[in-house]
This record gives sequence, structure tokens and C-alpha cells, in this order.
Amino acid sequence: MNLKTEEKNDVLVIFVKEERLDAHNSNDLKVTMQEFFDGGRKNILVDLNDVRFIDSSGLGALVSGFKNAISHQGSLKLASLQPQVKSMFELTRLHRVFEIFGSTAEAVENF
Amino acid sequence: MEKNEIEVDIKVPNQTRYLSLIGRIGEDIAKELDRFHGDRDTLAYHINLVLTEAMVNAIKHANANDPDKMVHVYITISDQDLLIRVYDDGQGFDINSIPPPDFDTLEDRGRGIYIIKQLMDTVSYEKINGGNVLEMTKNLSCM
Repeated sequence: MNLKTEEKNDVLVIFVKEERLDAHNSNDLKVTMQEFFDGGRKNILVDLNDVRFIDSSGLGALVSGFKNAISHQGSLKLASLQPQVKSMFELTRLHRVFEIFGSTAEAVENF
Repeated sequence: MEKNEIEVDIKVPNQTRYLSLIGRIGEDIAKELDRFHGDRDTLAYHINLVLTEAMVNAIKHANANDPDKMVHVYITISDQDLLIRVYDDGQGFDINSIPPPDFDTLEDRGRGIYIIKQLMDTVSYEKINGGNVLEMTKNLSCM
């Protein structure tokens, strides 16, 4: 899976550079987030700007990251969701769980 | 075959790398439905999604991740309906025994069948010829 990471202030930003986040590749994102939290990271932002398609496995990977953040006293937030991707969060009511921001810049200011 | 009817019959190995191929075929078919007067881009996304969810169900749960098995996908579109069948060779399960996700407890899994049921008009999962078929339909005429 193609992931790019950047440090912005005290936040690790993971850019998912894939058109699809699905059952084929979402475990890579799940494991990457887990490794960062296990390594002592507190604040992670996942930028989904390039993701045009997400399935239940992709959502599940993000839920796993969210729960990992809580268990490590950290936080996981999301930014730059495409409209169809955002609609999947609404369908599964996960938009009530995640803090979702329009851009990475806006999200980084809100950690 | 009826005039105006599209039929696609495809088999792929029981591997998640083929999800995007099948999803995209469904998406492209939906985008060509010029007789559908609703939001075609949303329909296309939904068809991509339900095909992906149904294939993952077949690959991981029914066919137990066995890469030597095949997943058989059949799509047909008439004037009225879009019908999708996804066949597997596995043990199967009772689709009605799967509860909807509990929105108050955060689980990593358990949203796939819920998404299919939300987006399609009819969904069934039945035993057939030693395997199973997940059948789902979408009414195209009333949207």
C-alpha cells in the first residue's frame, strides 16, 4: 500500500495514496497506525484526499486505529474525505465517532 | 436476451486483488445506464461497493481465503432491475442470523452485509449446487 507520512507540529499525518481503501490493502494501514501508536505516537491524522472508494474493511481499519489511539491515550482524526467516502461514514454512522476535517491544515490546528 | 439487457458473467480467483477489477466493471456498467434517471455516479459507487462487499464475503468467509477456489459473479440489467449474483463454493451461513452493527460499540468488522442490505432493494443468500449464491437486486425504474 502506498502511504506517505509527514510530521506537522506534533501530529503525524498519514496520506493514503491509493484510489481504493478496501479489503485488499486496508490491513496495511491498520498495521501502520498500530506500529506508530505502539512506538509512542500520540496524535495521528489520516488524510484520505486521494481515496475515491472505501469499503467496510477500510472503515474497519480506521475504527481499529481509533480504538488503538484511545488505548494509547492518543487521538486519531481524519481529513480531506471525498463526498462518496464521507457518505459511507454517514451510512455506517461513523461520522459521529471520528473528528473529520476539510483539510489537513485545519485538522492539524485542532489536535 | 431481451433488447436493452446487459449481461456480464465473470469468474476470478478467490483473491482480494481482483476486488477492484470486479468493482470497476460494475461501476462502468452503472455509468452507462442512460435510461436510469437518478444520480448515476452514486449508483455506480453503490454497485462498486456492493460487489466489493459480496466478493469479500465470498473470498474470506465462504471460501475461507482458499486462493485455488474461484468466485463467480453474474450481473444482469433489464429495463426495470439490476441483478447481481455472487457464487461461492464454501460452507455458507445464515444471512438472517447476522445482526446489524451495534452503533454504540465500535467493532472493526460486521458492516459488510449491513451495507449491502442498506443499498440494495432485495438481498438473499441461498444454497445452490453444492455452494451458495448471494443474490441482490436494485430497482432502477422508481428512482
